[in-house]
Amino acid sequence: MRTLWRLAAIGVSAFFGIVSARGIEVGEKRSGFDFMTPETQALQADDISNPGMLWVLQGEQLWQEPEGRANVACSGCHGDASRTMSGVAVRYPVFDEATGRPIDLAGRINACRTERQQAEPLAPESDALLALTTYVTHQSRGMPVTPANDPRLAPFRENGRRLFQSRIGQLDLSCASCHDDNWGKRLGGSAIPQAHPTGYPLYRLEWQMVGSLQRRLRNCMIGVRAEPFAFGAPEFVDLELYLAERARGLPVETPAVRP
Amino acid sequence: MARALVNVPKEAKQGETVEIRAMIAHPMETGYRVGPNGINIPRDIIRRFACTYNGEEVFRADLHPAVSANPFFAFTLVALASGTIEFTWTDDAGATQTASAMITVS
Repeated sequence: MRTLWRLAAIGVSAFFGIVSARGIEVGEKRSGFDFMTPETQALQADDISNPGMLWVLQGEQLWQEPEGRANVACSGCHGDASRTMSGVAVRYPVFDEATGRPIDLAGRINACRTERQQAEPLAPESDALLALTTYVTHQSRGMPVTPANDPRLAPFRENGRRLFQSRIGQLDLSCASCHDDNWGKRLGGSAIPQAHPTGYPLYRLEWQMVGSLQRRLRNCMIGVRAEPFAFGAPEFVDLELYLAERARGLPVETPAVRP
Repeated sequence: MARALVNVPKEAKQGETVEIRAMIAHPMETGYRVGPNGINIPRDIIRRFACTYNGEEVFRADLHPAVSANPFFAFTLVALASGTIEFTWTDDAGATQTASAMITVS
Protein backbone atom coordinates (compact mmCIF):
# COMPACT_ATOMS: atom_id res chain seq x y z
CA MET A 1 0.00 0.00 0.00
CA ARG A 2 2.82 2.37 0.89
CA THR A 3 4.36 1.61 -2.47
CA LEU A 4 1.15 2.68 -4.13
CA TRP A 5 1.05 5.94 -2.20
CA ARG A 6 4.61 6.64 -3.08
CA LEU A 7 3.95 5.93 -6.74
CA ALA A 8 0.92 8.21 -6.50
CA ALA A 9 3.09 10.90 -4.94
CA ILE A 10 5.57 10.65 -7.80
CA GLY A 11 2.68 10.91 -10.24
CA VAL A 12 1.18 13.96 -8.53
CA SER A 13 4.47 15.81 -8.29
CA ALA A 14 5.08 15.14 -11.98
CA PHE A 15 1.58 16.42 -12.77
CA PHE A 16 2.28 19.75 -11.12
CA GLY A 17 5.50 20.10 -13.01
CA ILE A 18 7.71 20.02 -9.90
CA VAL A 19 9.95 17.51 -11.61
CA SER A 20 10.70 17.36 -15.28
CA ALA A 21 12.39 14.86 -17.57
CA ARG A 22 15.70 16.63 -17.84
CA GLY A 23 17.79 13.50 -17.81
CA ILE A 24 20.87 12.86 -15.71
CA GLU A 25 23.48 15.59 -15.33
CA VAL A 26 26.94 14.94 -16.75
CA GLY A 27 29.19 13.63 -14.00
CA GLU A 28 26.27 12.17 -12.06
CA LYS A 29 26.06 9.04 -14.17
CA ARG A 30 26.24 6.00 -11.91
CA SER A 31 25.93 2.29 -12.50
CA GLY A 32 23.28 0.28 -10.65
CA PHE A 33 26.23 -1.35 -8.89
CA ASP A 34 26.64 1.79 -6.74
CA PHE A 35 23.11 1.47 -5.39
CA MET A 36 23.53 -2.09 -4.11
CA THR A 37 24.44 -3.31 -0.63
CA PRO A 38 28.13 -4.13 -0.02
CA GLU A 39 27.19 -7.84 0.23
CA THR A 40 25.66 -7.91 -3.26
CA GLN A 41 28.57 -5.87 -4.62
CA ALA A 42 30.99 -8.45 -3.21
CA LEU A 43 28.98 -11.22 -4.88
CA GLN A 44 29.40 -9.53 -8.27
CA ALA A 45 33.05 -8.57 -7.79
CA ASP A 46 34.31 -12.10 -7.13
CA ASP A 47 34.18 -14.36 -10.19
CA ILE A 48 34.08 -17.50 -8.06
CA SER A 49 30.99 -16.42 -6.13
CA ASN A 50 29.26 -14.59 -9.02
CA PRO A 51 26.59 -17.05 -10.22
CA GLY A 52 26.47 -15.28 -13.60
CA MET A 53 29.83 -16.90 -14.34
CA LEU A 54 27.99 -20.23 -14.70
CA TRP A 55 26.37 -18.81 -17.84
CA VAL A 56 29.71 -17.52 -19.09
CA LEU A 57 31.05 -21.05 -18.64
CA GLN A 58 28.11 -22.52 -20.57
CA GLY A 59 28.51 -19.90 -23.29
CA GLU A 60 32.17 -20.82 -23.67
CA GLN A 61 31.17 -24.45 -24.25
CA LEU A 62 28.38 -23.54 -26.71
CA TRP A 63 30.77 -21.26 -28.63
CA GLN A 64 32.74 -24.32 -29.67
CA GLU A 65 29.85 -26.65 -30.50
CA PRO A 66 29.05 -27.14 -34.21
CA GLU A 67 25.36 -26.47 -34.93
CA GLY A 68 22.80 -26.67 -37.73
CA ARG A 69 22.94 -27.97 -41.29
CA ALA A 70 26.15 -26.04 -41.92
CA ASN A 71 27.66 -27.96 -39.00
CA VAL A 72 29.83 -25.03 -38.00
CA ALA A 73 30.49 -23.64 -34.52
CA CYS A 74 30.64 -19.94 -33.60
CA SER A 75 34.37 -20.47 -33.21
CA GLY A 76 34.50 -21.89 -36.76
CA CYS A 77 34.14 -18.36 -38.17
CA HIS A 78 34.93 -16.10 -35.22
CA GLY A 79 37.78 -18.10 -33.69
CA ASP A 80 38.91 -17.27 -30.18
CA ALA A 81 36.18 -15.12 -28.60
CA SER A 82 38.54 -13.52 -26.09
CA ARG A 83 40.27 -11.90 -29.08
CA THR A 84 37.56 -11.49 -31.73
CA MET A 85 34.62 -10.58 -29.47
CA SER A 86 36.52 -8.17 -27.26
CA GLY A 87 34.89 -4.75 -27.54
CA VAL A 88 32.04 -5.96 -29.76
CA ALA A 89 29.19 -5.72 -27.26
CA VAL A 90 29.98 -2.10 -26.28
CA ARG A 91 28.63 -0.77 -29.62
CA TYR A 92 25.39 -2.81 -29.75
CA PRO A 93 22.59 -2.42 -30.81
CA VAL A 94 23.89 -1.74 -34.36
CA PHE A 95 22.23 -1.18 -37.73
CA ASP A 96 21.34 -4.38 -39.55
CA GLU A 97 21.58 -4.04 -43.33
CA ALA A 98 19.38 -7.06 -44.00
CA THR A 99 16.32 -5.79 -42.13
CA GLY A 100 17.00 -2.05 -42.32
CA ARG A 101 16.51 -1.85 -38.55
CA PRO A 102 18.71 -1.85 -35.45
CA ILE A 103 19.54 -5.28 -34.05
CA ASP A 104 20.71 -6.16 -30.55
CA LEU A 105 23.35 -8.72 -29.64
CA ALA A 106 20.90 -11.54 -28.90
CA GLY A 107 19.19 -10.79 -32.22
CA ARG A 108 22.56 -10.87 -34.01
CA ILE A 109 23.43 -14.24 -32.44
CA ASN A 110 20.11 -15.67 -33.59
CA ALA A 111 20.50 -14.15 -37.07
CA CYS A 112 23.96 -15.75 -37.29
CA ARG A 113 22.43 -19.04 -36.19
CA THR A 114 19.73 -19.09 -38.85
CA GLU A 115 21.78 -17.65 -41.72
CA ARG A 116 25.27 -19.04 -41.22
CA GLN A 117 24.75 -22.17 -39.13
CA GLN A 118 21.35 -22.86 -40.74
CA ALA A 119 19.96 -23.93 -37.39
CA GLU A 120 16.69 -23.19 -35.63
CA PRO A 121 16.78 -19.84 -33.82
CA LEU A 122 17.11 -20.04 -30.05
CA ALA A 123 14.02 -19.11 -28.04
CA PRO A 124 14.15 -15.75 -26.24
CA GLU A 125 15.33 -16.15 -22.61
CA SER A 126 16.45 -19.71 -23.31
CA ASP A 127 19.50 -20.79 -21.34
CA ALA A 128 21.54 -21.26 -24.53
CA LEU A 129 20.80 -17.78 -25.94
CA LEU A 130 21.44 -16.12 -22.58
CA ALA A 131 24.67 -18.08 -22.15
CA LEU A 132 26.01 -17.10 -25.60
CA THR A 133 25.00 -13.44 -25.14
CA THR A 134 26.55 -13.37 -21.67
CA TYR A 135 29.74 -15.00 -22.93
CA VAL A 136 30.15 -12.56 -25.83
CA THR A 137 29.32 -9.49 -23.71
CA HIS A 138 31.67 -10.72 -20.97
CA GLN A 139 34.58 -10.34 -23.43
CA SER A 140 34.04 -6.56 -23.20
CA ARG A 141 33.91 -6.36 -19.42
CA GLY A 142 35.51 -3.17 -18.14
CA MET A 143 35.32 -1.39 -21.50
CA PRO A 144 33.22 1.79 -21.75
CA VAL A 145 29.84 1.61 -23.49
CA THR A 146 30.40 3.34 -26.86
CA PRO A 147 27.30 3.12 -29.07
CA ALA A 148 27.76 3.21 -32.84
CA ASN A 149 27.58 6.71 -34.35
CA ASP A 150 25.60 5.45 -37.34
CA PRO A 151 23.26 8.22 -38.63
CA ARG A 152 20.81 5.53 -39.80
CA LEU A 153 20.22 4.67 -36.12
CA ALA A 154 19.11 8.20 -35.20
CA PRO A 155 15.37 7.87 -35.88
CA PHE A 156 15.20 4.58 -33.96
CA ARG A 157 17.13 6.06 -31.02
CA GLU A 158 14.77 9.00 -31.05
CA ASN A 159 11.84 6.58 -30.89
CA GLY A 160 13.54 4.89 -27.93
CA ARG A 161 13.81 8.24 -26.17
CA ARG A 162 10.14 8.90 -26.85
CA LEU A 163 9.21 5.49 -25.39
CA PHE A 164 11.42 6.16 -22.34
CA GLN A 165 9.61 9.42 -21.65
CA SER A 166 6.06 8.29 -22.51
CA ARG A 167 3.68 7.58 -19.67
CA ILE A 168 2.16 4.10 -19.86
CA GLY A 169 -0.01 1.73 -17.87
CA GLN A 170 -2.66 2.14 -15.21
CA LEU A 171 -0.14 3.89 -12.94
CA ASP A 172 0.59 6.36 -15.77
CA LEU A 173 4.35 6.39 -15.28
CA SER A 174 7.17 6.65 -17.77
CA CYS A 175 10.65 5.14 -17.36
CA ALA A 176 11.87 8.73 -16.88
CA SER A 177 9.43 9.35 -13.99
CA CYS A 178 11.57 7.08 -11.82
CA HIS A 179 14.96 6.73 -13.47
CA ASP A 180 15.55 10.34 -14.58
CA ASP A 181 13.60 12.28 -11.98
CA ASN A 182 13.77 10.15 -8.83
CA TRP A 183 16.90 8.03 -9.00
CA GLY A 184 18.69 7.60 -5.70
CA LYS A 185 15.39 7.63 -3.79
CA ARG A 186 13.60 4.50 -2.67
CA LEU A 187 10.53 2.73 -4.02
CA GLY A 188 8.99 0.08 -1.78
CA GLY A 189 12.28 -0.38 0.08
CA SER A 190 14.39 -0.74 -3.07
CA ALA A 191 16.80 1.88 -4.36
CA ILE A 192 15.81 3.46 -7.69
CA PRO A 193 18.89 3.25 -9.95
CA GLN A 194 19.55 5.33 -13.06
CA ALA A 195 18.64 2.43 -15.35
CA HIS A 196 21.94 2.02 -17.16
CA PRO A 197 21.97 -1.39 -18.89
CA THR A 198 25.70 -1.99 -18.35
CA GLY A 199 25.55 -5.45 -16.80
CA TYR A 200 23.13 -7.35 -19.04
CA PRO A 201 22.57 -10.24 -19.33
CA LEU A 202 22.79 -10.22 -15.54
CA TYR A 203 22.07 -12.49 -12.60
CA ARG A 204 19.12 -11.19 -10.64
CA LEU A 205 18.75 -12.68 -7.16
CA GLU A 206 14.98 -12.38 -7.51
CA TRP A 207 15.03 -14.44 -10.72
CA GLN A 208 17.60 -16.92 -9.40
CA MET A 209 19.04 -16.96 -12.90
CA VAL A 210 20.52 -14.81 -15.64
CA GLY A 211 18.05 -12.71 -17.62
CA SER A 212 18.14 -10.24 -20.50
CA LEU A 213 17.52 -6.49 -20.55
CA GLN A 214 14.21 -7.17 -22.30
CA ARG A 215 13.08 -9.34 -19.40
CA ARG A 216 13.93 -6.47 -17.04
CA LEU A 217 12.04 -3.99 -19.23
CA ARG A 218 9.01 -6.29 -19.30
CA ASN A 219 9.16 -6.48 -15.49
CA CYS A 220 9.09 -2.70 -15.22
CA MET A 221 6.21 -2.46 -17.71
CA ILE A 222 4.20 -5.01 -15.74
CA GLY A 223 5.13 -3.04 -12.60
CA VAL A 224 3.40 0.09 -13.90
CA ARG A 225 0.54 -2.16 -15.07
CA ALA A 226 1.10 -1.71 -18.78
CA GLU A 227 0.87 -4.39 -21.44
CA PRO A 228 4.52 -5.39 -22.03
CA PHE A 229 5.93 -5.67 -25.55
CA ALA A 230 6.76 -9.20 -26.73
CA PHE A 231 10.35 -10.44 -26.52
CA GLY A 232 12.25 -9.22 -29.56
CA ALA A 233 9.74 -6.45 -30.33
CA PRO A 234 11.23 -3.57 -32.36
CA GLU A 235 10.19 -1.16 -29.58
CA PHE A 236 12.50 -2.97 -27.18
CA VAL A 237 15.46 -2.69 -29.54
CA ASP A 238 14.76 1.06 -29.93
CA LEU A 239 14.68 1.39 -26.14
CA GLU A 240 17.94 -0.56 -25.84
CA LEU A 241 19.44 1.82 -28.37
CA TYR A 242 18.44 4.88 -26.35
CA LEU A 243 19.55 3.30 -23.06
CA ALA A 244 22.97 2.48 -24.53
CA GLU A 245 23.41 6.13 -25.60
CA ARG A 246 22.29 7.24 -22.14
CA ALA A 247 24.87 4.95 -20.52
CA ARG A 248 27.71 6.03 -22.83
CA GLY A 249 31.06 5.85 -21.07
CA LEU A 250 30.08 3.55 -18.20
CA PRO A 251 32.05 0.29 -18.05
CA VAL A 252 30.45 -3.02 -19.08
CA GLU A 253 29.94 -5.29 -16.02
CA THR A 254 28.53 -8.46 -17.59
CA PRO A 255 27.68 -10.68 -15.82
CA ALA A 256 26.45 -8.24 -13.19
CA VAL A 257 24.51 -9.26 -10.08
CA ARG A 258 21.44 -7.25 -9.07
CA PRO A 259 18.98 -7.74 -6.22
CA MET B 1 29.38 -32.12 -18.19
CA ALA B 2 28.64 -30.36 -14.98
CA ARG B 3 28.25 -26.61 -15.09
CA ALA B 4 30.21 -26.06 -11.91
CA LEU B 5 32.77 -23.57 -10.70
CA VAL B 6 35.22 -24.79 -8.07
CA ASN B 7 38.04 -22.85 -6.48
CA VAL B 8 40.91 -24.68 -4.84
CA PRO B 9 44.28 -22.98 -4.27
CA LYS B 10 46.85 -24.54 -6.60
CA GLU B 11 49.56 -24.51 -3.95
CA ALA B 12 49.54 -24.57 -0.16
CA LYS B 13 52.00 -25.07 2.69
CA GLN B 14 51.85 -28.19 4.85
CA GLY B 15 49.31 -27.66 7.63
CA GLU B 16 47.89 -24.46 6.10
CA THR B 17 44.15 -23.82 6.31
CA VAL B 18 42.80 -23.26 2.80
CA GLU B 19 39.39 -22.07 1.65
CA ILE B 20 37.49 -24.22 -0.85
CA ARG B 21 34.56 -22.84 -2.82
CA ALA B 22 32.15 -24.65 -5.10
CA MET B 23 29.07 -23.57 -7.04
CA ILE B 24 26.89 -25.55 -9.46
CA ALA B 25 24.19 -24.50 -11.91
CA HIS B 26 20.94 -26.05 -10.72
CA PRO B 27 17.35 -24.73 -10.62
CA MET B 28 16.63 -26.19 -7.11
CA GLU B 29 12.94 -26.47 -7.99
CA THR B 30 11.12 -26.76 -4.64
CA GLY B 31 8.10 -28.76 -5.80
CA TYR B 32 5.79 -26.21 -4.18
CA ARG B 33 5.48 -23.91 -7.18
CA VAL B 34 2.50 -24.21 -9.50
CA GLY B 35 3.05 -24.18 -13.26
CA PRO B 36 0.91 -22.32 -15.81
CA ASN B 37 -1.20 -25.48 -16.27
CA GLY B 38 -2.21 -25.48 -12.58
CA ILE B 39 -0.13 -28.54 -11.78
CA ASN B 40 2.76 -28.43 -9.34
CA ILE B 41 6.19 -28.26 -10.97
CA PRO B 42 7.89 -31.50 -9.88
CA ARG B 43 10.55 -31.18 -7.22
CA ASP B 44 14.11 -31.23 -8.55
CA ILE B 45 16.77 -30.35 -6.03
CA ILE B 46 20.31 -31.35 -5.20
CA ARG B 47 20.02 -33.50 -2.13
CA ARG B 48 23.61 -34.01 -1.15
CA PHE B 49 26.93 -32.29 -1.68
CA ALA B 50 30.16 -34.02 -0.70
CA CYS B 51 33.85 -33.23 -0.98
CA THR B 52 36.67 -35.76 -0.78
CA TYR B 53 40.37 -35.09 -0.31
CA ASN B 54 42.47 -37.93 -1.71
CA GLY B 55 39.47 -40.24 -1.45
CA GLU B 56 38.61 -39.34 2.14
CA GLU B 57 35.41 -37.43 2.78
CA VAL B 58 36.17 -34.06 4.38
CA PHE B 59 32.90 -32.16 3.93
CA ARG B 60 29.29 -33.15 3.36
CA ALA B 61 26.00 -31.26 3.34
CA ASP B 62 22.35 -32.25 3.04
CA LEU B 63 20.28 -29.78 1.03
CA HIS B 64 16.57 -29.04 1.37
CA PRO B 65 13.97 -27.24 -0.79
CA ALA B 66 14.62 -23.86 0.87
CA VAL B 67 18.14 -23.65 -0.58
CA SER B 68 18.33 -21.15 -3.46
CA ALA B 69 19.13 -22.01 -7.06
CA ASN B 70 22.79 -22.50 -8.03
CA PRO B 71 23.91 -23.52 -4.51
CA PHE B 72 27.26 -22.14 -3.38
CA PHE B 73 29.46 -23.69 -0.68
CA ALA B 74 32.55 -22.28 0.98
CA PHE B 75 34.45 -24.18 3.65
CA THR B 76 38.00 -24.67 4.87
CA LEU B 77 40.26 -27.66 5.18
CA VAL B 78 43.80 -28.26 6.36
CA ALA B 79 46.25 -28.99 3.54
CA LEU B 80 48.12 -32.17 4.51
CA ALA B 81 49.21 -33.80 1.26
CA SER B 82 49.28 -33.10 -2.46
CA GLY B 83 46.42 -34.69 -4.32
CA THR B 84 42.95 -34.39 -5.76
CA ILE B 85 39.95 -32.71 -4.24
CA GLU B 86 36.72 -34.08 -5.69
CA PHE B 87 33.24 -32.64 -5.48
CA THR B 88 30.02 -34.60 -5.95
CA TRP B 89 26.50 -33.26 -6.20
CA THR B 90 23.64 -35.78 -6.00
CA ASP B 91 20.11 -34.82 -7.09
CA ASP B 92 16.64 -36.18 -6.29
CA ALA B 93 16.85 -38.80 -9.03
CA GLY B 94 20.16 -40.05 -7.63
CA ALA B 95 22.14 -38.72 -10.59
CA THR B 96 25.52 -37.26 -9.71
CA GLN B 97 27.62 -34.47 -11.16
CA THR B 98 31.27 -34.19 -10.33
CA ALA B 99 34.16 -31.76 -10.52
CA SER B 100 37.71 -32.01 -9.29
CA ALA B 101 40.82 -29.91 -8.71
CA MET B 102 44.45 -30.57 -7.82
CA ILE B 103 46.32 -29.13 -4.88
CA THR B 104 50.10 -29.19 -4.41
CA VAL B 105 51.26 -29.13 -0.81
CA SER B 106 54.85 -28.24 -0.04
